[in-house]
Amino acid sequence: MTKKVKDQILHDHNQDGIDRRGFLKCMAWAGTGALCVMQGGVLKSYSLSRLSDLGANAAAAGELSFVQISDSHMGFNKPANPDVAGTLKAAVDKINGLSNAPEFLLHTGDISHLSKPEEFDTVDQILKATGKDVFFVPGEHDVLNDDGVQFRERYGKGAKGAGWYSFEKKGVHFIGLVNVMNLKAGGLGALGHEQLEWLEDDVKRLKHSTPIVVFAHIPLWTVYPEWGWGTDDSAQALAYLKKFGSVTVLNGHIHQTMQKVEGNVTFHTAASTAFPQPQPGKADSPRPMKVPAEQLRSVLGITDVNYVRGQQALAVVDSSLA
Amino acid sequence: MRRRVWILVLAAPVVAAAVLLISSARGLTASAEQAQASNVEVKIDNFSFGPATLTVAAGTTVTWTNRDDIPHTVVSDDKVFKSKVLDTDEKFSFTFTKPGTYGYFCSIHPKMTGKVVVQ
Repeated sequence: MTKKVKDQILHDHNQDGIDRRGFLKCMAWAGTGALCVMQGGVLKSYSLSRLSDLGANAAAAGELSFVQISDSHMGFNKPANPDVAGTLKAAVDKINGLSNAPEFLLHTGDISHLSKPEEFDTVDQILKATGKDVFFVPGEHDVLNDDGVQFRERYGKGAKGAGWYSFEKKGVHFIGLVNVMNLKAGGLGALGHEQLEWLEDDVKRLKHSTPIVVFAHIPLWTVYPEWGWGTDDSAQALAYLKKFGSVTVLNGHIHQTMQKVEGNVTFHTAASTAFPQPQPGKADSPRPMKVPAEQLRSVLGITDVNYVRGQQALAVVDSSLA
Repeated sequence: MRRRVWILVLAAPVVAAAVLLISSARGLTASAEQAQASNVEVKIDNFSFGPATLTVAAGTTVTWTNRDDIPHTVVSDDKVFKSKVLDTDEKFSFTFTKPGTYGYFCSIHPKMTGKVVVQ
């Protein structure tokens, strides 16, 4: 007998794989833990507490599993979180406790708060406890004062330009992009001509069926331009990825989870491991949000991503550190 | 009649000296005021520069102080000046010697912009 699973999205009026009501529901769960899976062009979402209703853990059945962490801001010590090392360690505990062990980690930037060597050292030391390889892209806090020289020395060996690169894992093509350099007055994040040319060339040889994961610090979709939450030339980058059946874009920067689906592209932002920021427009600036100490870990988190061969999109699960 | 003339003649240098004294005192006061006015503060608070547009005389030193709990920078659009990253309560000063309009922004949060007009 099939168990009735609530909150499963079945209406797909526009035949674009998105059920608006269900999608909004999925967004509302983000931060408290949600699983969004697109199967056969239909987005299905389940709250984490309901995973057991599915009979089998859909997310755990993948062939490739990795974790995204973001915005650890090592060195930050203001009231919004006086112990960012403690919450990063909690994130590591969470990762080490996953039933389906990830193969590697992605860090989507703002590793440090002020680009100080000791801040990077502390993060490296804490992440070592996962025993996993970590792939980094810089946030604007990682390239202060030296145009990213230190970042590239530490994390960008073999990378191109300001630190962009790509690699393959089990048939999935991963692309790390840099959109925090040479920002212009009044503008948003920027990829720049040289990086866009490299991207076009990088994906040219790939089959259209290759699943693509793009990761960069600032969102590659316009979340809220008033606060600089977007990338000026991301449309060009996405144009090069149009031909692919499955594209997953993972970003950080905004210190909260958010998801959006546009055609074959799923955009996702991860929570910070350090401090939360307000929802777009819900405050007069994006300054760190102070929540009661006992609630802090519920607004920080990690993102677990699973790829199941043959499925159209990767399953993205956010879990809080609480 | 002659006597009065002499008095006037004698008094003239005294009056002149007095006038000089007063005017130089005024001159001192004026330059003291100018010295005060030649240091102007801009506060960085809540992801904005305040005042966003500042008009000063040539020779003025402008000091930016970061009051946010997030670091910011002060970078001129035309690369005339560029601060290091400013953590909370850190300051950056620049003396504007040439008249003109100097647009600037925070290179970490480029939506934050400001302008110094030097007359």
